[in-house]
Amino acid sequence: MTLLSIRNLKSYFVTRDGVVKAVNQVSLDIFENETLGLVGESGCGKTVLALSILRLLSENTVVEGKISFKGNDLLRLNEEGMRDIRGKEIAQIFQNPLSSLNPVLTIGLQVSEPFMLHRGMKLSDAWQSAISMLRAAKIPSPAERGKEYPHQFSGGMRQRAMISMGLACNPALILADEPTKGLDVTIQSQIIELMRELVKDRKASMLLITHDLAVAAELCDRIAVMYSGEIVEVSEIKDFLSNPGHPYCRGLLRSLPLNGMEPIPGNSPSLIDVPEGCRFHPRCKYAMERCRNEHPEMYEVGNGRKTRCFLYA
Amino acid sequence: MLEIILKRIGMFILVVIASTALVFFMLHSLPGESAEVMAKYIFLGNVELTPSNEAIDIIKEKYDLEKPLFSQYVTWVWNAIHGNMGTSYQTNSPVTEEILIRLPATITLAFVSILLSLLIGIPAGIIAAVKQNSFTDYFCSTISVLGISIPSFWLAILLIYVFSYTLGLTPTMGYGDFKSLILPAVSLGTPASAVIARLMRSSMLEVMRQDYIRTAIGKGLSYRMVILRHALKNTFIPVITIIGLEFGHLLGGTVIIETIFAWPGIGRLLITSITARDIPVIQGCIVFITITYLVINFITDISYSYLDPRIGRSKH
Repeated sequence: MTLLSIRNLKSYFVTRDGVVKAVNQVSLDIFENETLGLVGESGCGKTVLALSILRLLSENTVVEGKISFKGNDLLRLNEEGMRDIRGKEIAQIFQNPLSSLNPVLTIGLQVSEPFMLHRGMKLSDAWQSAISMLRAAKIPSPAERGKEYPHQFSGGMRQRAMISMGLACNPALILADEPTKGLDVTIQSQIIELMRELVKDRKASMLLITHDLAVAAELCDRIAVMYSGEIVEVSEIKDFLSNPGHPYCRGLLRSLPLNGMEPIPGNSPSLIDVPEGCRFHPRCKYAMERCRNEHPEMYEVGNGRKTRCFLYA
Repeated sequence: MLEIILKRIGMFILVVIASTALVFFMLHSLPGESAEVMAKYIFLGNVELTPSNEAIDIIKEKYDLEKPLFSQYVTWVWNAIHGNMGTSYQTNSPVTEEILIRLPATITLAFVSILLSLLIGIPAGIIAAVKQNSFTDYFCSTISVLGISIPSFWLAILLIYVFSYTLGLTPTMGYGDFKSLILPAVSLGTPASAVIARLMRSSMLEVMRQDYIRTAIGKGLSYRMVILRHALKNTFIPVITIIGLEFGHLLGGTVIIETIFAWPGIGRLLITSITARDIPVIQGCIVFITITYLVINFITDISYSYLDPRIGRSKH
């Protein structure tokens, strides 16, 4: 069953240097009870895509298309309806928990807020729920630590607090934006383990944004690869790892340390001035005449797999 | 906490010594012999006349002006430590009394002015930031630029012209009832509220760009709750410094406004003492102003650590 369905999503920012096409005609489905990985290089539009879903982008952003969730089009819902979805139905776990947590409010209060807001609890009850949520996120002595402020937490603990805040109201969908970024490798694996546990327990779906294929391989059922504001491949994670379709995905896998760390030549294009034809063709060793002139569609490859490459046309 | 207070007291003593010494030596290096200026005031009550040498000698004798400057200063410090700030040359009453008499006037004016500036400045800043680039924002910003640019003495004269002279609603000067308080308080409160409004606006806009505001919206909080619970406390952190400075400035007595409105406060005491070379009173005023600033600064720092848990309060 499809939980969230994105159709032809465009998110553009108007800047002094031109229009930044951060997300361009993206269509993506997230099914119930699955973890979908969204991978790609920095600046390819992953974060903007996630922020577009909950409409958390600044007002100078143009967002067009359709995002269907439980019978609503999130892009056309009024602000009040949107507030009922944020934190309750769809929760976001942001990257960089230090700047994403309010420095002057206690962790306990920040985790209590979703309970007060969406469950109508009083502060004292919400606080108790927040403490048990912190305990579920394996924060030691949560009753005491709940009274502390974000700067008194370590990086890993802050991310645990962020996770307990996001999962507070048992949302159907969690948008996790690089939850392990900036953490020590040992802490990273703890956080991954925690997220796997909490998300599977609650039968929630998750969109996991990462540029770390190893993390995606650990946690995801399916994977979507983004390049220069577009989805270039959607696949089951197993198929993707054993036999990537798109030349960019092959490059990504070959660039892993495990597979010889062979870099993809060139740089990812600017989102203001994207290449004609296939956006990857300047860096692609399979590029043909057609790739320079025509923009490829998503082609079915079988087993629910789609790739944006003329090799599969 | 005890350590902080001890540090403060130490710093306070240093600042008082430095500022009084500076003022003391500067007053004595002004052109015209101090004894002569004092003799004019004390014996003749008229600055235009020249006092006799005899009169000048009496003054020198009485106030120890023959002694070297440094020892005069040391004597003053020694007496001040023992609670004796000296007596005014002009009135012969103790300096502490001179200051205490004028304190209520200055404190009343300072409190009403700062209250006025907070009541106008804080909401204006918040509204301007929340409705950024709207008509309201441009209106508030324009008014606050005007408020900062207009000198307070000019505003005072303008207010007197409109409300006292033309409309006859308020007295032009004096002290006592509420009516006479309005114009001086508005003259002082307007520039202060403009400064507070501008800082409040820019601080609020800065806070609204932070990641944690996005988190708060992402939780499903209404815009109002985001502002009230998540933005406001952070917004106040830089603003509180300016409020402290403004208040310290007002409590120290505002020379020009007190003079224009014949407001019997510290500022006017200071200005009349300076023209009369009434050194003990000048010194007394300087000590008072220094203390006020340091106390206000201390209160500001304490309120800081209440607003921002990252500062001070080393509980852990």
